[in-house]
Amino acid sequence: MQTHKAKRVAIIIELVMQSRLTDALEGAGVTGWSVLPVLGGSGRSGGWSREGQVSRGTGMVQVVCVIRPDRLDGLLDAAFAVVDRHIGIVSISDCEVVRAERF
Amino acid sequence: MDQILSLAATNLLSPIILSFALGVAAALARSDLNIPEAVAKGMSIYLLFAIGFKGGVSVADHGIDATLALSLIAGLILSAVLPLIAFALLQVMSGLSRLDAAAVAAHYGSISIVTFVAGTSVLESSGIASEGYMVAVAAAMEAPAILSALWLISRGGDARRMDKDLIREIMLNGSIVLLVGSFAIGWITGAEGLAKIEAFIVSPFQGVLCLFLLDMGLVAGRGLRGGSGVLKPGVLAFGVVMPLVGAALGLGTGLLLGLSTGGVALFMVLSASASYIAVPAAMRVALPEANPSIYLTLSLGVTFPFNLTLGLPIYVAVASALT
Repeated sequence: MQTHKAKRVAIIIELVMQSRLTDALEGAGVTGWSVLPVLGGSGRSGGWSREGQVSRGTGMVQVVCVIRPDRLDGLLDAAFAVVDRHIGIVSISDCEVVRAERF
Repeated sequence: MDQILSLAATNLLSPIILSFALGVAAALARSDLNIPEAVAKGMSIYLLFAIGFKGGVSVADHGIDATLALSLIAGLILSAVLPLIAFALLQVMSGLSRLDAAAVAAHYGSISIVTFVAGTSVLESSGIASEGYMVAVAAAMEAPAILSALWLISRGGDARRMDKDLIREIMLNGSIVLLVGSFAIGWITGAEGLAKIEAFIVSPFQGVLCLFLLDMGLVAGRGLRGGSGVLKPGVLAFGVVMPLVGAALGLGTGLLLGLSTGGVALFMVLSASASYIAVPAAMRVALPEANPSIYLTLSLGVTFPFNLTLGLPIYVAVASALT
């Protein structure tokens, strides 16, 4: 089957910033993304777990986008304007997709 | 004094406080006891609806007067002023940075709705009446503290603005909408409305509160366990001193307003409690550089358990003695 090169951007960010990030992505023309729950973790700000959370202030989510390689810079500029000061991880990996016209 | 100690001992041995203590103990002992997230969410919705509804019915029964408006205004002012006091105390007692101190201060100006619910339950169990509109005062005290904290930061030359999304999120957070909404429904439908759903929102209330506080105990215990290394002695001491300072201000305010014993006690509870739902979310957006481990551990792991186990009995006993 024919496959096409693409970039997978995964941004782990605080739940309170989710809508701000996805708004920024849409503003940059990125209309396809998925949001996944993050169950817990540990980092520079200490460990945390989704279990027993009472505050939206402490949860994290992962926003995942798969885009054409030439759109990566625009996406990162838009995302960094939102996430730069916040806890989280931005990772980029190469991937392949089957239906290129959708990205 | 004997009366105060007796009331305090009775409250300490109530099912809701002991359920909370069980949760804390289980978490500290690393038990795998766990309340499913959806169940905890459902219980909090139930409790907020019930407390709001009953408050509205109480206002419908007794009518409104100038004290209601004055209580709301006093609540707004207290919520705005308490962070300034907390900030000054933190500067004296802790070595926290200006940013962390302001973030912590915001939590102590706002309120813990769970502590408020537990407070109303303790009052009901003791047969002490309170003004139904204190529910509205609780809702009013959620947000002003956040503005005060941002002002404290801006005084240091680091201007922070609240965007419209943040303002909307604070003013329309689920707890406030449910509390104010159910209060309005109770007010509109009155005693007749209450009679129709009494079996649902009155009788099971204490039992649901016990389970909810068991979960809160688990959360507080885990927070305390995980964050124990984060808090220095001065910061820990602040988590116990500040509620007492807030309670004293709430006491003075309640007495000045001429509230009932229950109303004064609830003003003390609101002023003494620290937010761990609305304010942490606002701080993550507005002051992301502030360390969440400090303000969450302090609010949820120190002040909340203190208020629930020792604070509530003390506040109710003092209000009873002075009114």
